[in-house]
Amino acid sequence: MSKFSLLDHELIPHHEIADEDELKSILKHYNIGREDLPKIKVSDPVVKEIGAEVGDVVKITRNSATAGEAMYYRYVID
Amino acid sequence: MTISETTVEGMIKDLPIPHNLKQVLLEDAIKVGVTKKEMEEIIERVMEEYEKSCVEPCEAVGVVSAQSIGEPGTQMTMRTFHYAGVAEINVTLGLPRLIEIVDARKNPSTPMMTVYLDEEISDDRDMATKTGWEIEATHIDHLADVTTDLANMQLVIDLNERSMSKREIDKESIIEKLEENLKVSVAPSKDIPNQIIVTPESPSYRELLQLAKKIKTVTLKGIEGIKRVVIRKEGDEYILYTEGSKLREVLEIDGVNKTRTTTNNIGEIYDVFGIEAARNAIIKEAMDTLREQGLSVDIRHIMLVADIMTCDGEIKQIGRHGISGEKASVFARAAFEVTVNHLLDAGLRGEVDSLNGVSENIIVGQPIKLGTGDVHLVARNPLES
Repeated sequence: MSKFSLLDHELIPHHEIADEDELKSILKHYNIGREDLPKIKVSDPVVKEIGAEVGDVVKITRNSATAGEAMYYRYVID
Repeated sequence: MTISETTVEGMIKDLPIPHNLKQVLLEDAIKVGVTKKEMEEIIERVMEEYEKSCVEPCEAVGVVSAQSIGEPGTQMTMRTFHYAGVAEINVTLGLPRLIEIVDARKNPSTPMMTVYLDEEISDDRDMATKTGWEIEATHIDHLADVTTDLANMQLVIDLNERSMSKREIDKESIIEKLEENLKVSVAPSKDIPNQIIVTPESPSYRELLQLAKKIKTVTLKGIEGIKRVVIRKEGDEYILYTEGSKLREVLEIDGVNKTRTTTNNIGEIYDVFGIEAARNAIIKEAMDTLREQGLSVDIRHIMLVADIMTCDGEIKQIGRHGISGEKASVFARAAFEVTVNHLLDAGLRGEVDSLNGVSENIIVGQPIKLGTGDVHLVARNPLES
């Protein structure tokens, strides 16, 4: 089987580990803590692929049908 | 004087509006050619319009979504239909399918995959057929006639050479597979070519009949669980549709396009591709189901449902065992389903309801925290400050 990246699949939007500074400004803007964000499991195949760990925040660049491009953040949980 | 592209870009880059809105604004402004003053006014008007069309704070978006999906849902058919594209494969559509999606069933009643081929071979009919045979599960019934020989207490398999060459499978591999799965003696016949003799361990009548039944379930080639593969040409490429779904296994087959191949089994997508892909799949499946019935529901409602279903990192159903069952308030849970059980359990545990949500406040007859009900007036003492 040829190796392929999960992130290449049409259904999977781009995932990356969120930059701490950027995250701080976003949390401040919404006045929330990072555990208030939506969650993603550490066992999620894409989380494994990008190597995020519990406590990290994953930044997801969605291709939105309404907004074109939308940012979404998920907090990595056990 | 018209301003340059970079100036326009700089002006709209940091506006708090969606990406595609910026794109349209940028393209149009450049096409028409505007002065700085005009551009400023355009931006001001766009922002005004955008803010007007945003959801108001405290608006009950969930209720609006529920009604917007529920009302067209009453017009959906209760019947299971043939799939619009592939006439040969039966797929659950209409209301039963929509219920399946929001209930987050682990296995849909009619799993189906859409398998795309690698670009190099996607226009090659022979390669498409070959890949199809790699995927479709081949059983002994497809290749041979199995007869029970009661006199000699054995199973006689007469192989059909044509179907064997069609599926690219030879006698040796059949024998090997049967031996491995049945754990009995499997040997080619001495006298007749293309015949295989299977003898049960002990020559009992019961065992022979059991063997005859069991031999039909052995998968000789392909992926177990894929009952059928249908090949269709769409545009320039051949696409395989399968009855039955095994995403992980199919992705490992050579020639399968790993970036486009998908399934209608959302649970499987979650396992293989993760939560974000599952969210996209929920939106896609729900929209397709509604569209196929000729109903147009705004995608934002479906997106809200998909977001709620996936916000905890796993797929939760909308219902007693998912979103509604996890509500903090006893009254809210009791208002949904199995009222008495919830009240009884809460009474036994001595639960406290702080009346923060909507349902519980309606039940006790208080104003709810929605819309203007969530806004408090604070009077500032004019003598201060």
